[in-house]
Amino acid sequence: MSSYYKGHPQNLVKDIGYRMKEKVILKVENILKVYPNGIVANRNVNFEVYEGEIHALIGENGAGKSTLMKILFGIETPEEGRIILNGEEVKIENSKKAIGLGIGMVHQHFMLVDSLTIAENIALGNEPKKRGLFIDKAKMIKQAEEYAKKYNFKINVTDKIEDVSVGVKQKTEILKALVRGAKVLILDEPTAVLTPQETRELFAELKTLKKQGHTIIFISHKLNEIMEICDRVTIMRHGTTVETCYVKDTNPQEISNKMVGREIVLHVDKKPAKRGEVCLEANNLVYVNGIGKKMLDGVSLKLRRGEILSVAGVEGNGQAELAEVLTGMKVPINGTIKILGKEIKTFTPATMRGNKVTYIPEDRMRNGCAAKLSIMDNLFTDKIEKYLKLKIFLDRKKMKKQSEELVKDFKVKCSSINNQVQVLSGGNIQKVVAARELTEEAQIIIAEQPTRGIDAGASELIRRKIVEYRDKGAAVLLISADLNEVLELSDSAIVMHNGRINAYFKDTSTLTEEELGYYMLGVKNQSEEEVNAILCEK
Amino acid sequence: MSQVFESIFSTGFFFSVIRVATPLILASMGAVITSNAGITNIGIEGVMLVSALTGVFASAYGFGPWFGLLISIITGVLCSLAIGYVSMSLKADSALTCIAFNTMAVGGTVYFMYAVVKDKGTTIALNSGKLPSLEIPLIKDIPVLGEILSNHNVVSYMALVMIFVVYVLLYKTPLGLRIRSAGKAPNALSSVGVSFLKTRYIALGISGVLGGMAGAFMSMGYVTWFSKNMTAGRGFIALAADAMGNSTPLGAALSAMLFAIAEALSYALQITTISPELVQMLPYAVTILGLIIYSVKKSSSDKKKREQLAKN
Repeated sequence: MSSYYKGHPQNLVKDIGYRMKEKVILKVENILKVYPNGIVANRNVNFEVYEGEIHALIGENGAGKSTLMKILFGIETPEEGRIILNGEEVKIENSKKAIGLGIGMVHQHFMLVDSLTIAENIALGNEPKKRGLFIDKAKMIKQAEEYAKKYNFKINVTDKIEDVSVGVKQKTEILKALVRGAKVLILDEPTAVLTPQETRELFAELKTLKKQGHTIIFISHKLNEIMEICDRVTIMRHGTTVETCYVKDTNPQEISNKMVGREIVLHVDKKPAKRGEVCLEANNLVYVNGIGKKMLDGVSLKLRRGEILSVAGVEGNGQAELAEVLTGMKVPINGTIKILGKEIKTFTPATMRGNKVTYIPEDRMRNGCAAKLSIMDNLFTDKIEKYLKLKIFLDRKKMKKQSEELVKDFKVKCSSINNQVQVLSGGNIQKVVAARELTEEAQIIIAEQPTRGIDAGASELIRRKIVEYRDKGAAVLLISADLNEVLELSDSAIVMHNGRINAYFKDTSTLTEEELGYYMLGVKNQSEEEVNAILCEK
Repeated sequence: MSQVFESIFSTGFFFSVIRVATPLILASMGAVITSNAGITNIGIEGVMLVSALTGVFASAYGFGPWFGLLISIITGVLCSLAIGYVSMSLKADSALTCIAFNTMAVGGTVYFMYAVVKDKGTTIALNSGKLPSLEIPLIKDIPVLGEILSNHNVVSYMALVMIFVVYVLLYKTPLGLRIRSAGKAPNALSSVGVSFLKTRYIALGISGVLGGMAGAFMSMGYVTWFSKNMTAGRGFIALAADAMGNSTPLGAALSAMLFAIAEALSYALQITTISPELVQMLPYAVTILGLIIYSVKKSSSDKKKREQLAKN
């Protein structure tokens, strides 16, 4: 063992000692989870968690982390595989069972009642009683305070949830799990909503928990956090666990490489970009979300005719907000947008569409289509005024003819253009959305995760179409978490991290996924000068 | 005009306010429970109506008015649970379910009334009896106050007690905590292993008890017979009282009282030359006014909250 040991020799004995007393508390074997829509979320998932460790689970969006955690907490049931807790195989049918087995989960979206106090939220479901009927308020508060003190959480348990910060809400969620006897605590991207100060506090608390014998599974895609607080890390990719290793035996580069490692080689035939005039110019965009977090922190970019500029980044770093601001769905608190040199004054979808900005939204069922309407009706929602008779009646004949052409052109698999959109498969729904948005008139195409979760054939068609409209002179902003797509489809690329652009690559042909991964995770950052190269006219 | 003032500032007027308020308070307590659980129970109107009829039948053919009250309550619970089953378990639109139930209640009660007493208007022919009135010792001897507060129907006193009971239930018991959670954040309840659906069924059941009592009062207290559509929108007024009282028991009870004053006033003003139709509009106009005040108040406080959030 010593010949492979990478730590300092002085620590060898201590480390071996540490490793010797490791006891597996939770083990999952060969988990397979297929969702009803046919998406395989987990396949050959194997990993072990030791008692009393902080175990990180890292992977790209859609790598299957959340599904795995839902399986462990009884929200989803796997098709195959075994879960072994404390040496015994267990079936976790629902959350109640998971809680009973000592598994607690802190969801990314808090499960709290805003109008109740912290103590009430903690007690909910097993309230201390007096005289058999009434809540023993004093005991309830005392219990919450005792737990807060035991784990060194600095909170005032009589505060109402609606009045406290996100950090305190999270502490409440953790206490909720601990009061119910959780030995294994799952934290789903706990730092995504926290300020740096709150993150530091959380880490101190997690260390206290660990000292007291709790096991923590920490889901994150922030490498520096994993390096700082976790003992071991399991890397997931495309629904499968790739590897588990000790954090101190690895480094950020290595983890990043394993996370993004290429499996499917994708190739799109395209000619080199013929860049034209600047179509879209964004200057210093700032957007603050509902909980006061700066999601866009001074984003400036120029998008030119005939190019595909992709935006890479780990989810939650501002890409979604950038798309929403550029399409008028959200109003920035600062910054300007110019389209063909003309400044946009009002940020609404109507003005953006009026300026020939088209949008393939990420959430195709909510923002992309009217699920219960027919394919034909969906194809013309944004341009219905062009399909009118006498200015008030729908020209069904013209719509029908055009729909049939589009359905053929985009190879939408359906029995008729009168099919409801919701009966189609994900890939075909996306084709309908793309057929509506990718038109001759489109000047600026904002495509947000256009191929996420759809089959290879549909993905290929949509990518080909995007290139086709680029060649026809449209400017394309492609927001994608799929690095293969970013590298193959785009001409230039930017990376967003913490609401800022931290890298710009004018030419993506020599770029590698590993390199992109470093910037996405903030391991590397370009200088301001390099980033600002995007603003040059040429 | 002085005649009007005389009739309003008489003990008889205030006595009648309490009488008129009884079904409104009971039904609004039912609405408070369900709206806290996250259900807008429009069906409470129909629940009252059906309970009023079953109470009369049970009293006349069974064992008197107390037995009638019991059957009214049981009817209220069963009807509420049936509404819950269709809208929550079978997932039909809840507003439509309730409207359908209310419409069915109007027609259904007339049908069964005709089937039993061969009259499509009222059950006066049936000797169904009345729940007793109570003289309150000590209070009855206080001048003025005694005349207003004493000698009411027993259900009126129950209604006043129910305000307190609902308050304690909602804010002092585990069930109340769960009911409020089910309304505000059902997934918070699920996250601690409590079924929010079950909690909502319980809330509906309790509102059925209260709606049943309100119905029993209508046909065995307010008057001593059942008549076609005798609830006449009182369930809807109770919903308005719940909304205006911000779904708190005390707030809803006070709002119900306000509506009751308007209704009593419309009876008192009928002796004047003011058009009776206009007067009869009063409680409903007050309802609409109340709802407007409530929603203006709410939207301005919501706005303040958002601004506060943006500042932070």
